[in-house]
Amino acid sequence: METLAAFAPALPEIILAAGAMVFLMLGVFSADNARTGVFIGWLTVLLMAGVAIMIGTGGAERVELFDGAFVVDAFSRFCKVLILGAAAVSLMLSFGYFERERIMKFEIPVLALLSTVGMFMMVSANDLISLYLGLELMSLALYVLAAVHRDSLRSSESGLKYFVLGALSSGMLLYGASLIYGFTGTTSFTALASTLQAGEAAQNLGLIVGLVFLLVGLAFKISAVPFHMWTPDVYEGAPTPVTAFFAGAPKVAAMALLLRVLHDAFPGMLFQWQQIIVFLSVASMLLGSFAAIGQTSIKRLMAFSSIANVGFILIGLAAGTQYGVSSVLIYLAIYVVMTLGSFAVVLAMRRANEMDETIGSLAGLSQTNLPLAVAFAALLFSLAGIPPLAGFFAKFYVLDAAIKAGLTPLAIIGVLASVVGAFYYLRLVKIMFFDAPGEAFTQAEPAVRWVFTLSALLVTFYVVYPAFLLDAAGTAARALVP
Amino acid sequence: MIYSAIVLLPLLGALIAGLFGRLIGDRPSEVITTAFMLIAAGLSWFVFIETGFAHDATKAAIKVPLMRWITSGDLEAAWVLRIDTLTAVMLVVVTTVSSLVHLYSIGYMHEDDSRPRFFSYLSLFTFAMLMLVTSDNLLQMFFGWEGVGLASYLLIGFWYHKPSANAAAIKAFVVNRVGDFGFALGIFGVFFAFQTVSLDEIFRQAPDMAGKTMNFLGYDVDIMTTLALLLFMGAMGKSAQFLLHTWLPDAMEGPTPVSALIHAATMVTAGVFMVARLSPLFEQAPMALEFVVLIGAVTAFFAATVGLVQNDIKRVIAYSTCSQLGYMFVACGVGAYTVGIFHLFTHAFFKALLFLGAGSVIHAMHHEQDMRKMGGLRGKIPITWAMMLIGTLALTGVGIPHVGGFAGFHSKDAIVEAAYAAHTPGNYAFWLLIVAALMTSFYSWRLMFMTFYGTSRADHETYEHAHESPPVMLIPLYVLAAGAVLAGIVFAPSFIGHHLAEFWGTSVTPDKDIMHHMHEVPEWVFWAPFTAMVAGFGLAYLFYIAQPELPGKTARTFRPLYLFLLNKWYIDELYDFVFVRPANALGRLFWKGGDGAIIDGTIDGTAASVGWATGKIVRLQTGYVYHYAFAMLIGVALIVTWFAWPAGIVK
Repeated sequence: METLAAFAPALPEIILAAGAMVFLMLGVFSADNARTGVFIGWLTVLLMAGVAIMIGTGGAERVELFDGAFVVDAFSRFCKVLILGAAAVSLMLSFGYFERERIMKFEIPVLALLSTVGMFMMVSANDLISLYLGLELMSLALYVLAAVHRDSLRSSESGLKYFVLGALSSGMLLYGASLIYGFTGTTSFTALASTLQAGEAAQNLGLIVGLVFLLVGLAFKISAVPFHMWTPDVYEGAPTPVTAFFAGAPKVAAMALLLRVLHDAFPGMLFQWQQIIVFLSVASMLLGSFAAIGQTSIKRLMAFSSIANVGFILIGLAAGTQYGVSSVLIYLAIYVVMTLGSFAVVLAMRRANEMDETIGSLAGLSQTNLPLAVAFAALLFSLAGIPPLAGFFAKFYVLDAAIKAGLTPLAIIGVLASVVGAFYYLRLVKIMFFDAPGEAFTQAEPAVRWVFTLSALLVTFYVVYPAFLLDAAGTAARALVP
Repeated sequence: MIYSAIVLLPLLGALIAGLFGRLIGDRPSEVITTAFMLIAAGLSWFVFIETGFAHDATKAAIKVPLMRWITSGDLEAAWVLRIDTLTAVMLVVVTTVSSLVHLYSIGYMHEDDSRPRFFSYLSLFTFAMLMLVTSDNLLQMFFGWEGVGLASYLLIGFWYHKPSANAAAIKAFVVNRVGDFGFALGIFGVFFAFQTVSLDEIFRQAPDMAGKTMNFLGYDVDIMTTLALLLFMGAMGKSAQFLLHTWLPDAMEGPTPVSALIHAATMVTAGVFMVARLSPLFEQAPMALEFVVLIGAVTAFFAATVGLVQNDIKRVIAYSTCSQLGYMFVACGVGAYTVGIFHLFTHAFFKALLFLGAGSVIHAMHHEQDMRKMGGLRGKIPITWAMMLIGTLALTGVGIPHVGGFAGFHSKDAIVEAAYAAHTPGNYAFWLLIVAALMTSFYSWRLMFMTFYGTSRADHETYEHAHESPPVMLIPLYVLAAGAVLAGIVFAPSFIGHHLAEFWGTSVTPDKDIMHHMHEVPEWVFWAPFTAMVAGFGLAYLFYIAQPELPGKTARTFRPLYLFLLNKWYIDELYDFVFVRPANALGRLFWKGGDGAIIDGTIDGTAASVGWATGKIVRLQTGYVYHYAFAMLIGVALIVTWFAWPAGIVK
């Protein structure tokens, strides 16, 4: 019988889960109005910050819990801090928006908190069962969040679409998991790894099909092509702060889970999964880059941008090396900053109480709101991968990892795709700085201003002190790939 | 400290006038730059006397390190000021003429709108020129070399609203690039052969290097000859020698003070300075020196012939400059470097005087430069006339052999004597220089007669309003006139006479035989340039005073020859045909064909196909859930097939 103290490594998850319950109760027994929602929202942010500090200052050694179904190590720490950061920042961005839209319910932060717990489970999963548990916990909360604007047809539609397609992908994931279990007789990552080490087993086509289905389920969550179709519709339909939430934390969690599964459970099948990842990567980069050009809504554009960026992240994963893992983590961290900053800008695109999320409304922004235009330009230049901004280094590391792993053609396709990608990012800059200005945007609330300013500063000055991120990502990668 | 101040004061002035000119206004900019230049000039004379007249034949160069510059492997180049007699002479020339030109410009440019810019450029030029002459290694020299080139470009194109000025500036820059290309190759070659760019080290190793060969463009060539020729190529460009001279006459598009400073007294003499500075290197390359003599003599002759028929007052003087530079190169080529530098020294005074005088005439005539529209100005602007007269006397070399005369007499006649003593094949150098001296005298007096004598050919109003220049423009003329009269007789003993050895110290290494033999040539050789000078004067008097209809008649009689000279030997037309037009045609081919059709076509085509692909992809996004689910299943099927196919399950 384990004592309670043995659960200490899972304390962050326990605290978050317990917090979610407490806040739920608090909300239920308080007045049903926006103030309660905002109050609980800030409590959630505080809780997340506290837990982040707790994880950040905690131990880094590898600990397994719950019969090896749950693992805590440097890798999970890195990802969890990143997830908390992304979740907390997107929550902070949301309050003003939801208040204006008169849908600031206390359930929103609680749902976000629950999905965060799910993400934590994903990152720490060391068993196919716990993997699925975490994934579903996160997803279910996200489905509701997407449809949170009940009176909006588009929001409901996007929530429903996400749910239907998500169910399909979960089904495939489960089917894959059961195939894997059928062929190996285990669901534990550790046991899978040692079983597949034998070599013969890795050639089994049934097992490979199982792996394919498992990966398809995860590819859906990171919206890799061709499992991306939901992304633009959900990004566009969901309320903008929810979209910002979708673009940050869940991407990190799903990508971390992918890293975890492939490196911890299937190192023996590197040759097989590498091909799948390369395919997903190329398809995502190309489709994301080309499709983004044709968009008129900034949110749809960000959706395709995120697809293209996932393609880039998968380059680092395809490398299959320790350096590849650390390049993925660096890319994720920088991407989260860039994307949250960009969504803060989108949230600032408001005239009176009317959101205007068309690209055309950015015209001449430099003349009506120079700080916003400059910050967005820095973020866009970074997204386009122009040195010395952070986005350049993100791309550089994944490409470097791919070349070192002998995947030069993939790296070349990546560079070409980034050229196409540069076009639509720079087109936004051109529209902001050279087109005739329209009506000025209303002054955004402080949280939004802070986020786009800080993220622009971060991507601009990353080059000054990159060692912090490099070291952290390096430590995390060593925990995953010795 | 003094040395640094001389070099850096002009830079400071340039920065102040250039960066803060708008802030502090026109007049303070002028005063600051001019004052700095006057201080630098005063200090330069002090240095000159201290260095040149120290009566110590073994005196070594003073080195003033400023800061480290480049240290990369074997390549070490520092900012160091090297002060020896040769440098001191150049310091005096540069700062004196520059400060006088600054002063003069206050008057000449007073109607211009962007005077701070002008004075900033002038000071910048002076700084670069001083860096050049104080250089202790070839890299620093190249810095100064390019710096003066830049300033020259900026100043020729100072009136940038004039298309002709822009064209002239570009021409000067491009032609100089040709020379500088050779110079740069020479520096690379020196570093390749000597593993250093430091002057002292090069001079030390030069004697050992004589006769050795290296591989250049697939041929085994003599190192020293190749290097000297490459370096001389730079000198040819900068000093406007035959074939690379075409930019100098066009450079007269710049304001006249610029012509006086850069295109007469200082920058164009940089080539001569460089050959003298690198004399230990050139001494090891006799073949290269013969080439220097040939180019110098041909230039002296060629430029003088063209000068005979030019009608633009500044162009006459420009060709005269070109010709005189040829004289200097002849002196250097025969080994009489000190004589060449002496001519450089005296020439700076009287040529600057002539240019500034011409500027005064132009000023008086409301920017009319065509001598055919002048005449009879002597009574209108008597001081200018007197100054121009002194300049002409100095340029034509008026003086009695063995007695003394104007500045040009001492230096030019010494060159002629050295050329004779060198015994070139058929004495061609000597005879070309004598003929050139005759022509020099002719065109100089022609200029005087056409401008100041006879009846006025200007329109009545211009002539009536012609007026003497203000004192601020005349004072520099007085100073330069004093130099034109006295520089020869005062400094000849030191520069080329008996005190030569202790004056120059180790700064230049003239050929001892030449310096000795040039004083022992036959008596008639002393009188030959005198005779040529008198004959030239006589002819000019005959053509332009006694029988003014004669020039027209002669031109009609010898029309082909006249046109040949008037069109400057058709060299510009030749270059236009051989280089400019093919280059333009090639450029147009690349532009229209290469860039327009192929590159733009490819890019536009790619962009169009991107648009096409985007359109297709966007249409995939239908919004129907079953389409999306279908796409996912297709993806699964594709990936499974990918693995199943090789395993033989799917056929």
